[in-house]
Amino acid sequence: MHDKDPLIERDHTVHPLPYFPAYKTSVTRSPSLPLLSMPSTMTEQTGPVFGHDILGRLDNNLVENYAQAGGSAIGERVVVHGRVLDQHARPQVGVLVEIWQANAGGRYRHKKDGYLAPLDPNFGGCGRAITDENGNYEFLTVRPGAYPWPNGVNDWRPMHIHFSIFGSGFGQRLISQMYFEGDPLISRCPIVKTIPDQAQIDRLVAPLDMSRAIPMDALAYRFDIVLRGRRQSMFENRPEGL
Amino acid sequence: MIMVQKLHILDETPSQTAGPFVHIGCIPTFAGVDGVFREDLGARAIESGAKGEKITIRGHVFDGTGWEMRDAMLESWQADAHGNYPGQNGADPKVNGFCRFAADAETGEFTLETVKPGSVVGPGAAMQAPHIALWIVARGINTGLQTRIYFSDEDNTDDPVLGRIEQRQRVDTLISKKVGEGEYRFDIRLQGVGETVFLDM
Repeated sequence: MHDKDPLIERDHTVHPLPYFPAYKTSVTRSPSLPLLSMPSTMTEQTGPVFGHDILGRLDNNLVENYAQAGGSAIGERVVVHGRVLDQHARPQVGVLVEIWQANAGGRYRHKKDGYLAPLDPNFGGCGRAITDENGNYEFLTVRPGAYPWPNGVNDWRPMHIHFSIFGSGFGQRLISQMYFEGDPLISRCPIVKTIPDQAQIDRLVAPLDMSRAIPMDALAYRFDIVLRGRRQSMFENRPEGL
Repeated sequence: MIMVQKLHILDETPSQTAGPFVHIGCIPTFAGVDGVFREDLGARAIESGAKGEKITIRGHVFDGTGWEMRDAMLESWQADAHGNYPGQNGADPKVNGFCRFAADAETGEFTLETVKPGSVVGPGAAMQAPHIALWIVARGINTGLQTRIYFSDEDNTDDPVLGRIEQRQRVDTLISKKVGEGEYRFDIRLQGVGETVFLDM
């Protein structure tokens, strides 16, 4: 298999419904006409590659990467780790994983977030990592708080971490959210419920992983991610040199 | 009952909306979260010295009510002036190809500064007209939307993607309009009258 091979067509049944009235903002932001479906081209099969040179030493450590000297973020320390694979279970090596989240009180460091919970002066809320030779990534962060949001009168987001993942092709681009095992708000959340397939929702819920918890330091959660795969046939013409 | 071999093809992880605070994760310096990263990812599509015509593309992302969204984030991916993608043989090392940019928080306008890409090969021996791939995420968009920017001053007649659009008036939704020397306008309509053609490729 080659890095520039065509992408397997996206199975839309594993993804959220674009139009989901219980998530009100989706009503005016979902296309009403069908997508134009075509096999991928070089445009979708290639994509940006990011090297370790872009990373700073603390980029994957949200507890410290915004903290003043000697300080650290308030909250329950957690390791979040996992693997990035494609649909053939091939590890995605050297791909960029970015995360962002609210602080332990449920407040984002963002101009548009006016929630009552205070900002933590030692917590910025973003991090990034590049997967290793086995597709593994790892972050140290604090467990984000749940928070209310204006949708229904009293809707609350479950604790979650936003994930942005690059593959090797621009057509593999994915943004998703990771939830935490045992959170009773998951099954109540309209954004979670945009995904019609319960088995797919379950895949966004990271289990507690005591095999990676650090004694007297941090709990751990495991979150594996699958990106679109590529297909190859010996019977398929490929342009010279690609 | 006859069973079959099991196909071990995994399902893709489901998408979720990027939400209203995508900026702190993807372009934190832009969002005022200073000092975490040395530089925001995709800060520039090109470096100085990139070959080709320098262009600026401006536009808005409109929701289904015609409102200019203030919170959209976009990513672009393109070939260099000769139609080579970064990483391909002979690609211009000054073309990053990838850029991230956001709707302005006050006006909703986005700006992409880059070079005009060349024609790109494929599928097969066919050539695709010069284009820039776009990916749009925001609160309320549950799966990121793929589309493309073509150019009104290029020959788009044989492009295989544009050729697949049945309603010919919709082709225009993918073609940026030249509004000045090196200046183009490209508006995106998520829904309703003039709805942009979104791609599944």
